[in-house]
Amino acid sequence: MREDKGLSEIRNIIARHKLWDLIFMIIGVLALMIAVLTFMALFSHMLIEGLPRLSWDFFTSFPSRRPGSAGILSAWVGTTLVMLVTAVAAVPMGIGAGIYLEEYAPKNLITEIIEINVTNLAGVPSIIYGLLALGLFVHQLGFGQSILSAGLALALLILPVVIVATREAIRAIPVVIREGAYALGATKWQTVSDHLLPYSAAGILTGVIIGLARAIGETAPIITIGALTFIAFLPPSPVQPEFPFLSFEWLMAPFTVMPIQMFNWISRPEEAFQVNAAAAGLVLVVMTLTMNALAIYLRYRMRKNIKW
Amino acid sequence: MRSPVIAQPPEEVSGSKRLAYRYRRHLGERFIETLLFLMAFASVAITIAIVAMLVKESFIFFEHVSLWDFLTDTQWTPLFDDAHYGILPLVSGTVVSSAVALLVAIPLGTITAIYLSEFAPFGVREAAKPFLELLGGVPTVVYGYFALLFVTPLLQKILPELPGFSLLSAGLVMGIMIIPYVSSMAEDAMRAVPMNLREGSYAMGATRFQTAIRVVMPAAFSGIAAAYILGISRAVGETMVVAVAAGMQPNLTWNPMEPAATITAYIVQVSLGDLPHGSIGYQTIFAAGLTLLLLTLTFNIIGHFLRKRYREVY
Amino acid sequence: MVENPDEGHAPLVEANTARYKSEVRSLSFYYGAFSALKNINMKLHEKQVTALIGPSGCGKSTFLRCFNRMHDLYPGNRYVGEIILYPDNVNILSRDVDPIEVRMRISMVFQKPNPFPKSIYENVAYGLRVRGIRQRAILDEKVEEALRDAALWDEVKDRLNQLAFNLSGGQQQRLCIARALATDPEILLFDEPTSALDPIATASIEELITDLKDKVTILIVTHNMQQAARVSDYTAYMYLGELIEFDVTDTIFIKPKNKQTEDYITGRFG
Repeated sequence: MREDKGLSEIRNIIARHKLWDLIFMIIGVLALMIAVLTFMALFSHMLIEGLPRLSWDFFTSFPSRRPGSAGILSAWVGTTLVMLVTAVAAVPMGIGAGIYLEEYAPKNLITEIIEINVTNLAGVPSIIYGLLALGLFVHQLGFGQSILSAGLALALLILPVVIVATREAIRAIPVVIREGAYALGATKWQTVSDHLLPYSAAGILTGVIIGLARAIGETAPIITIGALTFIAFLPPSPVQPEFPFLSFEWLMAPFTVMPIQMFNWISRPEEAFQVNAAAAGLVLVVMTLTMNALAIYLRYRMRKNIKW
Repeated sequence: MRSPVIAQPPEEVSGSKRLAYRYRRHLGERFIETLLFLMAFASVAITIAIVAMLVKESFIFFEHVSLWDFLTDTQWTPLFDDAHYGILPLVSGTVVSSAVALLVAIPLGTITAIYLSEFAPFGVREAAKPFLELLGGVPTVVYGYFALLFVTPLLQKILPELPGFSLLSAGLVMGIMIIPYVSSMAEDAMRAVPMNLREGSYAMGATRFQTAIRVVMPAAFSGIAAAYILGISRAVGETMVVAVAAGMQPNLTWNPMEPAATITAYIVQVSLGDLPHGSIGYQTIFAAGLTLLLLTLTFNIIGHFLRKRYREVY
Repeated sequence: MVENPDEGHAPLVEANTARYKSEVRSLSFYYGAFSALKNINMKLHEKQVTALIGPSGCGKSTFLRCFNRMHDLYPGNRYVGEIILYPDNVNILSRDVDPIEVRMRISMVFQKPNPFPKSIYENVAYGLRVRGIRQRAILDEKVEEALRDAALWDEVKDRLNQLAFNLSGGQQQRLCIARALATDPEILLFDEPTSALDPIATASIEELITDLKDKVTILIVTHNMQQAARVSDYTAYMYLGELIEFDVTDTIFIKPKNKQTEDYITGRFG
């Protein structure tokens, strides 16, 4: 029965199969390189086109019909204010929902529905959130095409990101920590606020940063709201010289944001505006990449430092 | 046994006082729990609001336009005098751009995942994963810029007849944009395959490639399939790349070399104009949005189901 | 325990057969800086069952996995010394020898049954397919033969195309044995093959091992001394990475020469 193949034949087979290993290895590196090279091309193209345009004036000028004197002042101020609204709305909501699902939720149908729903919300295209905001915030609730509407739309968009990050961070804390707290007579909320939240803060922060980085770059939902693209003024300042010193008028102000400004410049036929687009894109990419890199770094440090 | 001196409270707390404290504490706990529940439930409320909003406006739309016309008319010209409301041109644009994207993202994403999970040395993997993650963090409008002003001119050198806007270059860039998304999910699925299966294969004298293709991939099948499905969903819902690089004119075509609008690009195009609230043009974007939501929802549910399956196996 | 490991097995052997399948010469093994095996010398008798016993952590599984170079899969592992495979007198630990070639000659059955997520048939045929055999007739014949040898054929012959996961634990382990047998290995390694099984399944695997020694040289790691006594012809006792005593199984269990071995065998260990 046993037909010995002979070692030399086995060696031939192995050599042939190992060739496939090598070929795939090369294909794998190439596939990875395509992603890497594309990114390099993207970044360097924008750098070459946009960097000469970046000057102090570019950051402190309003958009203009003359490409040479146009800037992104209203865009970055708008982005900052919109992000403020987004963070204020999404962070507490997301953390609260995450805590509920991880620590409080009973195993029942409603919990199941919420969980499936969070997963599905994460997969809804961003432009759909724009349509929701257009119908609900802009028209139904009468917020208009304002910073408030945009901030809330983006808050809904990143809510699943914050919820998932919170849940994962809390889940990573071992049961013994909870048991230790309960054994000392702590209530559920005391356990959560004194132990679980502080210990998972870094993980939650990572999620919040990734969420906000995504929100900064989002264009489609804000276009859908009907954000104006040519804004040559700033929203009213939140700090006022007279009593009561704080003003929330800016919430209702029309605005533009960085990606919208960039989109607007891309769509112009004049080449000079495309240089502006490259410069704005460069600022935008540096902003989002910095935030993402910070999040990745935080997560890396967390993994290194905390060994439960 | 000594008398329990220590166990005795120094000052007798009256029963009612203690109860009051416990009651207050209990009330606080209940309040917090309810508040947290409401926050969690808000996500469901958002979904309901999305569906309600899209359905409501679409409903008005379908009072003007029959569902039959919507699905079969081959023209989408809602803003013209001679208005046609056939979703097909938008669907064709979406399908073609997504198909191009997936032809790029699925093979490259899969190869990258296999390479990172089964072949790459530790250092390469540690460096490549955060890099891919960063790639996924680049704003889509920037990819749109890249497609229009870098990839299209580059392609025109090879294909001189390629127009300035095309589904091809939008799809290509979209595909590269989705690679990290597909590869990270597929890699997770492959890494979840237990080591003893790989050892079993290596112990039979299999090479890395044989182990990866014949054992790891079949074992991770549902997870990899989920990665593909969610990649499709992502491509279908992508907006800015196509809006910038594929043009915004509805065009019933299956040729990637032509410009055409996708469902998402159409919504952008209408939103850029100034459409009065309540007009039929305004309602068209909700009808388009509902179509898009149904498409992506289907993919997401399938993907979710598949992902759950591979988590159950291991 | 500074006993010369050679002393233990110096007077042995030559009892049943003079034929060796393999010889281990001053083998040491390192996980990074940690020395897991220390200067092991031992001979493997052809078509006999050799058992490795010892307390957990003594290095018996590490030793076993040297034979098919499984340690090559993970970085930072280092072999020192030789394992010679007869008749061709090749040192399988040598850098010039491809670990894949070694694994094609020496098969392994794992602690936990690890069938591939494929059909029963494809599981058994895997090793042959890996060798590039595609002809259906050869595959059919080999699969049947291996399944018969593993005493599984009658139970599965009508459902060869079903998923292997549907088999019971004991059947899965016999399937893994069939998978290892299908390629006609020269040595079959067993790494505590019954530790995840119930007593009845264990008995059938033990019976199978005894039957298989007509065909193949067997090296088995077991944490169960009775099992070693039941199935093996030779037994090696290991402790803290060293080979303490190696002899005919009966000698080890009835008249061990080493005090440490005796303590372990009689349960006075520790």
